[in-house]
Amino acid sequence: MNLSPADRALISTCQGGLPLVASPYADIATKLGTTEADVIDRLAALKARGVIRRIGIAPNHYKLGMTANGMSVWDVDDDAAEELGPLVGAMEDVTHCYLRPRALPVWPYNLFAMIHGSDRDEVEKKRQTIKTLLGTACRASDILYSTAILKKTGLRLRDRKD
Amino acid sequence: MKLDTIDRMIINTLQDDFPLTPKPYADAAMAIGIAEHDLLDRLGRMMREGIITRFGPFLDAAAMGGAFCLCALTAPKERYDEIAQMVNGFPEVAHNYARDHTLNMWFVLATETEAGIATTADAIEAETGLTVFRFPKLREFFVGFRVAA
Repeated sequence: MNLSPADRALISTCQGGLPLVASPYADIATKLGTTEADVIDRLAALKARGVIRRIGIAPNHYKLGMTANGMSVWDVDDDAAEELGPLVGAMEDVTHCYLRPRALPVWPYNLFAMIHGSDRDEVEKKRQTIKTLLGTACRASDILYSTAILKKTGLRLRDRKD
Repeated sequence: MKLDTIDRMIINTLQDDFPLTPKPYADAAMAIGIAEHDLLDRLGRMMREGIITRFGPFLDAAAMGGAFCLCALTAPKERYDEIAQMVNGFPEVAHNYARDHTLNMWFVLATETEAGIATTADAIEAETGLTVFRFPKLREFFVGFRVAA
């Protein structure tokens, strides 16, 4: 999916965050030399196309006391995974749930679900709930706790002259 | 850092669907039952305190013709910091986490083109001399990034 130069300029302008002023879209419009209505329409269209996934807050899990996060991983029968994946993804405090390829023999797991909690006990409890939900469709599982954040930056568009 | 009930309500309700209207803060504030200036003040404070890391549109790399890929490698203990530095040195590496497993370094590549994933992963292999396992998403069971405050 390609972005028009106008859409690209709009995204570049607001990817750092929306201005905290009463009329943020008018503010952005002024920077871009366009109208508030144009900014609102373009943002709505980009959201409808899925280029923008959501507009809102990214909370810091750690500062909210969700200091434990575990990447739970499951070896689930491929057909069953299609059916069970959405149920796992819908669980509270599961923030990302994906089906991914295995890397045998090192890595037998195909379903990944990130679990957040205030401590490891809470994460383990939620992991147990997932285990029960997956039942016999699950052949093996593991959980990988993060021990350090080595890098964290968001997705950024690079400046491009096109 | 202290969050009151209203702060929590803001965090819980504004993770998606921020209004696309001329006075979005006023509209969002009304839905929460507070004044516009109160919402603006609280958002500003929570951003300064790092409780909110970012506020605005979140982009989907794939929808823009780009790609994300989760990757992992096994860094030998004695070379761990050196490898982390090499990996983090690639601007395409968006996040990188140390995890307790044989595969002990997990990072996400975000590139503007699908081909950029393989190129970058290959370059990391060449620089580190380690195998970069690639776990692109096949399906996403997407519900949201919501966490309850």
